[in-house]
Amino acid sequence: MGRVYKFGSGISTDAIMPGRYNVTTDFDSLRKGCFIEARPDFVATVQPGDIIVAGRNFGCGSSREHAPLSIKQNGIACVVAQGFARIFTRNATNIGLPIIRCAEVYDAVQEGDEMTVDIRTGVITSGGRTFAGEAPSGVALTIMEYGSLIEMIKARGWAALEEANVS
Amino acid sequence: MGTLAEEIFTQRLGREVHAGETVVADVDFAFAHDVTGPLAIKAFEQLDQPVWDPARIAFTFDHVMPANTVAAAELHRQIREFCAAQGVTNVLAEGICHQVLVEKGIAVPGGIVVGADSHSTTYGAMGCFATGLGSTDIGVTFATGRTWFRIPETVRVNVNGEPAPGVQAKDIALHVIRQVGAEGADYMAVEWGGETVSAMAMDERLTLCNLSVDFGGKAGMVEPDATTFAYTGGRGREVHVSNPRYIRTLEVDASAIRPQVAVHPAIDNVRDIDDVAGTPLDEVFIGSCTNGRLSDLALAAAMFEGREVSPRTRTVIVPSSRRVYLDTLERGYIETFARAGALVMNPGCGPCLGRQHGVLGPGENALSTSNRNYPGRMGSPEARIFLASPAVAAASALRGAITDPAEVN
Repeated sequence: MGRVYKFGSGISTDAIMPGRYNVTTDFDSLRKGCFIEARPDFVATVQPGDIIVAGRNFGCGSSREHAPLSIKQNGIACVVAQGFARIFTRNATNIGLPIIRCAEVYDAVQEGDEMTVDIRTGVITSGGRTFAGEAPSGVALTIMEYGSLIEMIKARGWAALEEANVS
Repeated sequence: MGTLAEEIFTQRLGREVHAGETVVADVDFAFAHDVTGPLAIKAFEQLDQPVWDPARIAFTFDHVMPANTVAAAELHRQIREFCAAQGVTNVLAEGICHQVLVEKGIAVPGGIVVGADSHSTTYGAMGCFATGLGSTDIGVTFATGRTWFRIPETVRVNVNGEPAPGVQAKDIALHVIRQVGAEGADYMAVEWGGETVSAMAMDERLTLCNLSVDFGGKAGMVEPDATTFAYTGGRGREVHVSNPRYIRTLEVDASAIRPQVAVHPAIDNVRDIDDVAGTPLDEVFIGSCTNGRLSDLALAAAMFEGREVSPRTRTVIVPSSRRVYLDTLERGYIETFARAGALVMNPGCGPCLGRQHGVLGPGENALSTSNRNYPGRMGSPEARIFLASPAVAAASALRGAITDPAEVN
């Protein structure tokens, strides 16, 4: 159970982690830079387990992995969006930041609402209502089972995907 | 049988593959730059193995070059140390990755290239499959020489007709983005073709493929032809579209396109120049991986010759590579820029990502030949960014306001 932070559509990785704040690999610096200009109160108020709800094309633009890392470092349990940009999807999956695509929930919840997300089934509950988000499948599910891309490669190499015959 | 993307993966895997399949494939080249590189190294080091092939890996110093903070200098140091330890000699501090690596010949027809930068789609102009990945993906490729791909569906864009004077590849791409929206090619490849693209030089094809990611494209591609093989000196392998099934086909009449401007705050908020002409500008930036090549700077120099840029506008020009810089210098363009009152910076990403060389303040307007106008991209989130071609940028620099290049020539 977490509280909802609501964002619009087309939230770019520049908005999540501006180019002036990602000249580092230090995870705590990245945590502090999350939404620093687009949503300056975010880092000060977010609690572990909170959930980001957004519209379409979340994480568009730059490939900077600093963006999903900064969200993860703030303890966000899951990002639920109507859609995710391609590279952001891969990056979030690779580092173990749960993301769930769901078209309906965006208009049904408000900032600050309580929400629960089952990151395996995609089932979202909030305010007594239940929404069917897309459960992870294919490569994303395989990587999720290992925890991260690095853990998957360390355990099995690419055979983890080739033998699973994912599609 | 298939699209260019399908044909390239079919060649690579030695079996016929089609859109929707997920495969693990060998890549020909992988790279990262000075901001994504250190995170890629951090991921790579967790695997505790050497790099797969030092000759097929590169690091570029371009996003913050030369270092303007202690933190940036430290990232550069980490990269140099890593490359020395791993025997990686492609440590390139001579411009933007997507220009320098094309000049170095790492992308050839039929190849597969991955880079830790979203605009890695640019290399598809060489008739290869190229896409941007995050740092962890690239770190794993550095170790294994492979990555996974979902073979994408393809949007085909057929461009025909002679563009009017002052209308460039940038305008054609913005016109397409205006039609399909910022998510128009999400998770898909974009295949650019038609008579107009066939007639284009490599510089312009690179612009089209570069901007393909900005409407969601996983790759931007042009089928290799005589122009491609002339550029590569015959390197690469023949690969051709064969009875393709496209998810969508767009027909573009280039002769009907006006100069296009993507208006803050979104790439798909595109207008004809006539709708935004006269908007005052605090900064004009001519450069970037989209439009910082020789033909772009030649066009700006021709318009600046014997003139001065508006004193109310700082005009920043950044050649995309050392070679472009030297060619520009030899042709006298640098002197033209300096006499016109423009500021010429060292090759690299320049002010595109708001970290150096012309950061925007609150309330300022900038017109840029780059590819992104998200709030905060070039500095203050209260600045407004307009994206357009080098012709529009040069004309606008002279007038200090958004200007149709036809008015200046």
